[in-house]
Amino acid sequence: MMDDLIRVLTPLPVLLPLLGAAGALLVGKHPQLQRTLSILVLTAVLAVSVSLLFLADAEGATSVSVGGWPVPLGIVLVVDRLSALMLVVANTVTLGVLVFAVGQGIADGDETDTPLSIFHPTYLVLVAGVSNAFLAGDLFNLYVGFEVLLAASYVLLTLGGTAGRIRAGITYVVVSLMSSLVFLAAIALVYAATGTVNMAQLAVRLGELPDGTQLLLQSMLRVAFGIKAAVVPLSAWLPDSYPTAPAPVTAVFAGLLTKVGVYAIIRTNTLLFPDGALNDLLLWAALATMVVGILGAVAQTDVKRMLSFTLVSHIGYMVFGVALGTTAGFAGAIFYVVHHIAIQTTLFLATGLVERRGGTTNTEKLGGLAKASPLLAILFFVPAMNLAGIPPLSGFIGKLGLLEAGVAVGGVGPYVLVGGAVVTSLLTLVAIARVWGRAFWRPRAVDTAEEDLEAIRPAAGTAVTTEELQAAKLPATMVAATAGFVAITVAITVFGGVLYGVADRAAVDLVDRTPYLESVFGDRVVE
Amino acid sequence: MTPTVVLPVIIAGLYAAGVYLLLDRSLTRVLLGFLLLGNATNVLLLSAGGVAGLAPILPVEDESSINDPLPQALVLTAIVITFGISAFVLAMIYRSWRLVRDEVVQDDAEDLRVATREEIDADDRDPELLHPAERGPGDGLTVEAPPHRPDTDTPSDDVGLGLAGLEAAENESAEAAAVGEVSPTPAGGRSARREEEQ
Repeated sequence: MMDDLIRVLTPLPVLLPLLGAAGALLVGKHPQLQRTLSILVLTAVLAVSVSLLFLADAEGATSVSVGGWPVPLGIVLVVDRLSALMLVVANTVTLGVLVFAVGQGIADGDETDTPLSIFHPTYLVLVAGVSNAFLAGDLFNLYVGFEVLLAASYVLLTLGGTAGRIRAGITYVVVSLMSSLVFLAAIALVYAATGTVNMAQLAVRLGELPDGTQLLLQSMLRVAFGIKAAVVPLSAWLPDSYPTAPAPVTAVFAGLLTKVGVYAIIRTNTLLFPDGALNDLLLWAALATMVVGILGAVAQTDVKRMLSFTLVSHIGYMVFGVALGTTAGFAGAIFYVVHHIAIQTTLFLATGLVERRGGTTNTEKLGGLAKASPLLAILFFVPAMNLAGIPPLSGFIGKLGLLEAGVAVGGVGPYVLVGGAVVTSLLTLVAIARVWGRAFWRPRAVDTAEEDLEAIRPAAGTAVTTEELQAAKLPATMVAATAGFVAITVAITVFGGVLYGVADRAAVDLVDRTPYLESVFGDRVVE
Repeated sequence: MTPTVVLPVIIAGLYAAGVYLLLDRSLTRVLLGFLLLGNATNVLLLSAGGVAGLAPILPVEDESSINDPLPQALVLTAIVITFGISAFVLAMIYRSWRLVRDEVVQDDAEDLRVATREEIDADDRDPELLHPAERGPGDGLTVEAPPHRPDTDTPSDDVGLGLAGLEAAENESAEAAAVGEVSPTPAGGRSARREEEQ
């Protein structure tokens, strides 16, 4: 009975958004109808995801053969605790950001600035791609999921086709294409070596290959996913391309897209290559990601760019957990992924509000926001402290879990990483405190000083005048959406124990591997 | 039914040419490079299905008499994806041409700004180290720089250490000066900085 229910529900997170995208295209001439449709579809997907999480947590992993083809031949979708958890977080974020975007669209008077008739269908396709990547039970389906979400992200990133977005979009598109080609070539080699792309079958057959072949395949997949997840040294594209997009688009990209790469790394590392031949390399890459990312963040004067660099830096924490290769490490990484998706999205949405209120995101020009808008200050302050890992917020819980896992493993590498993680956390606080101190805390600079700044740096955007700052009102829907996100991040803290329990059980499943394999092959002997 | 050397050579050639083109700044060449790389990967995927020349379709009488149909299905999907993305990249190149009359990969303005700006932001600096004109409203703590007196007796260094304050140090400790030890007082170091800035 439960199994049947799961079988019915599993394809829906992919199907519903795709059908919704088609519907949204059809009603493109009626913005009101389009908005309602998109929000309804995403609400339904969220409901499905939540029920999948409850079912998967109760029943364990379940697989669905799409179209009824027998297992090694057809496409399988697999729901286990990890993918269901990721689905819930992803769909919560996408729904919330959609509400924010709708609020912004209404406030801006629609179609003048951004072509919203394109926005909604593309956004739904993005959701379908993300869901497909989380549910994919074979490598090629994972590739298709990636391509769907990337194609949608190309359109969203260059929305409106302004010069800045086209410039940023070109970097993003070319780098993403490269990673996709590496991924596809890896799939070709995997198929040549094993004769299958089904992940459960690969889990068995890859282990029988010679060590050298395994290492080659693992390195290629690692490079492809490393680019998508923005692991240093493959991360240079991210801070250049994300900040130029519209606020809601940046928010959902920053929250979700890199985490799909992290998910792929977790999945391949546990299921396909459990021996962890590249774990040492991954460990040092994690350290480089943390340190390089956060040093970049400290150097920035633009809030969005600073946040993009902290995004890169904190990917290092998740990679650290994965590279440890222990159950505790995976559990920490999974919890950190959940925490970081929510927190990064919230911060980018709050920055979107800052930009509306202050006219710019350049910290050299902003000032006096805490006095002008106390609510906005709170909306920024809570997630900012959370990102820096101030106890008792969820960032602290996640970091503590990872550090404990690192100490439990011991040895030179993990101890260095633990030290690096603490330093990174402190530097995050420095970067965040600089933004807070300048944009919110310090008094507004006098207008003459602003003119001076203008003369020195004409390219950095214009700040609003003091009168405009006082008069500006933030649209209620956008504030409500951001406040909702802040509430979610606080809820992740309050229910941290429950969530960490799910992450723990997911990690146990991942390391064990048998639940996944049994779900795909049934009870018959795996060959 | 012998393995062929032609496909690997073609794949390698396409990859080499594709990577070369992809590294160019001109976007049209980047697109051409992407197309070549895409085709190289497709041929690689195709060759993963085994030797060429057989039909991929049932009925199966003998397993060696048909080709593996799965890579061909995968290649079809990959071709469609490559095609769609190429169309999008072309549209982006055209848009870039319309906007800036150029179709090269551009530098990130904000990146350059961060890279070339002064090391320390104006409001992070110690006000005492600033040029008097750059200082904010007086805080009552400003100290006039001691007048600069060129002296030829004290040992000189070429790296601009604060030797101006050495005289004061000399008065206090003649021994230190005798062995040529440089011990600038804070005031001396500061005044030297000011002179450089002026």
